[in-house]
Amino acid sequence: MTQFTNRNGLSRRTLLKGAASTALVAGASTLGAPMVWAQNIKDVTIRQFGTGVSNLNEVATKVKEDLGFTLEMTALDTDSVTQRAATQPNSFDIADIEYFICKKVWAAGNLQAMDTTKLTNYDKIVGIFRDGKLTPESTIAQGTAPHTVGFTSGQNGTDFVDEESGWMTLIPTIYNADTLGIRPDLIGRPISKWSELLNPEFKGKASILDISSIGIMDMAMVVESMGEYTYPDKGNMTKEEIDMTLGIFTEAKKNGQFRAFWKSFDESVNLMASGEVVIQSMWSPAITAVKSQGIPCVYQPLEEGYRSWGGGLGISAALSGLELEAAYEYINWYLSGWVGGFLMRQGYYSAVPETSKAFMSADEWGYWFEGKQAEGDITSPFGDTLAGVGDTRDGGSFEERMGSVACWNSVMDENQYMVRKWNEFIAA
Amino acid sequence: MNKLRANNALMGWLMVSPLVLVLLIFLVTPIVMITVVSFWRATEFSIIPAFVWENYEFLFGSPVTYTVFFNTFKYALITWAFTFVIGFTVAYYLAFHIRTQTWQIAFFLLCTIPFWTSNIIRMISWIPFLGRNGIANSALISWGVIDEPVEWLLFSDFAVILAFVHLYTLFMVVPIFNTMMRIDKSLIEAARDAGASGIQILWNVILPLTKPGIMIGTIFVVTLVMGDFITVRFMSGSQSANVGRLISNDIALLQYPSASATAIILLLTVLMVIGILLRFVDIRKEL
Repeated sequence: MTQFTNRNGLSRRTLLKGAASTALVAGASTLGAPMVWAQNIKDVTIRQFGTGVSNLNEVATKVKEDLGFTLEMTALDTDSVTQRAATQPNSFDIADIEYFICKKVWAAGNLQAMDTTKLTNYDKIVGIFRDGKLTPESTIAQGTAPHTVGFTSGQNGTDFVDEESGWMTLIPTIYNADTLGIRPDLIGRPISKWSELLNPEFKGKASILDISSIGIMDMAMVVESMGEYTYPDKGNMTKEEIDMTLGIFTEAKKNGQFRAFWKSFDESVNLMASGEVVIQSMWSPAITAVKSQGIPCVYQPLEEGYRSWGGGLGISAALSGLELEAAYEYINWYLSGWVGGFLMRQGYYSAVPETSKAFMSADEWGYWFEGKQAEGDITSPFGDTLAGVGDTRDGGSFEERMGSVACWNSVMDENQYMVRKWNEFIAA
Repeated sequence: MNKLRANNALMGWLMVSPLVLVLLIFLVTPIVMITVVSFWRATEFSIIPAFVWENYEFLFGSPVTYTVFFNTFKYALITWAFTFVIGFTVAYYLAFHIRTQTWQIAFFLLCTIPFWTSNIIRMISWIPFLGRNGIANSALISWGVIDEPVEWLLFSDFAVILAFVHLYTLFMVVPIFNTMMRIDKSLIEAARDAGASGIQILWNVILPLTKPGIMIGTIFVVTLVMGDFITVRFMSGSQSANVGRLISNDIALLQYPSASATAIILLLTVLMVIGILLRFVDIRKEL
């Protein structure tokens, strides 16, 4: 068995093949155990669900190829993901969820903590997910920062602890810094502040996303940028702060500031590509999707910083035995680089960037991670050209972007109140 | 067997039981469940069995509820008016102006062609048409009717009602056409012989006789519009809300008890509306 807990997921497949052939040569009687294990794991099916962001068929195909077992993926929208993680614990083995969702559902006990000693690349995970600091000097942003809900007291812990306890709630996999997307050709002037979202100049041409937990954070960034109010903690507003924030936006809505609100990724792409909207909350791959239609679109870095989010993999509490082993194998493989490279080439960041480097060309690494000028065409893993020679990434390097995060997606203590008020805002 | 046949009561019960069973399982039980859940309590991620009125208190205590119900009625009423006028005209033309039955059937089938594609696709296809740079605006600009794109074509109440009318007119056409076809043509001849004008025939003969069809069509359209949420969401760009959207938002945010309470109130409202409608026409007699 020991030979399977290899350090490097890259050679996992070769090892498996090697083991199988060795076992064949030596005869099943002597090396029976690994043989049986290698055979059994092929029958294992791991059911994963999450948002469309990282639940891609390419990953499932690669898992089958590298690890031999079947990964079934279900992609849902953010709200449905929360719903499923909270209410249908038997419908999944692996939950691919965001950290703020984890804060919501962890107490329900549907997920089990993971032993960090079983994670080969634990030491290489970026600081954001461990002590919360990108570099030793960084300050921690407001909101549900991943490290605050990243650790628990033990395998069956339902609490969150501040220190690296050795038991992780989610294994970080993907994260990014979000900002406003703009159509530079239709705006025709530089945009540098969040407050531009409510600028009357863009009346009837602005949009915000209709997902309360994320939308409220974008709103808070705007309110602060307008100089209306400075929140003690944007990620945990009081009832008065919620009323005030939504009040400002309700007024703007009634004045016709917004063209539409969007709930799904595709809607945001269509609004932007059709020119219905020129400035709006947006996600990184949506920008890419607009650009790949040949329409100029910028993921505008803003003075006040980014609103960031992070996602990770959690293991169902019901998982044990061979399936649990397979889940650990899968998570180790996930952090070993291939998926990281695949995600980074779409503009996200990997939790273990250094392992992903091996799966990206020097030019891709320079463009996506180091913020350097592209030396050739930069293409997405799906073959679309995203940038040409001389282009640089909006916002620059990893340190520049993740270093200026102002807040994380979060769940507030007054969440239920906020949700009801949000509903009123939409209906107003 | 003969004994069984002789026992009419038992036979009747046996014949009705499959329907009763289906209705019990698929209609009554869910509604009872929803009613029960509407009294439960919810936290962010769980629902707790209880008997509390807080969901209803919040519902009736929020001014948004009234705006949203008003909106729902507004959509239903305006959509009804348009579908009725269009539906009645189409049905009238098919029933009284097309002479041969072959052509009647042919034209009727023509009306149903749009229904070969999905509801949602038909609705969404309006979006590129009505958009700021859409076909409607480009055409109007090139004809010189307007100088600047008209904004209210899309993501507005206009767009919502346009989509509703487009989606649901057929539900008006079919029942009205059906009742019109059953009108005894000799009645119209008699009216004509007695010296009634075309308008008088329409008003005094055809309209009263098509009332059951109109009523069935009305019930279809009103219940469909009042229960809809997806059309309102897409065509208003999420900016307007009707009761359906209130419920779907609640469900998305795991607030099942609150969603159930709203659903119960919506159900009661719709039942009341249908109750009032049925006061006007005795559908059973007319069928």
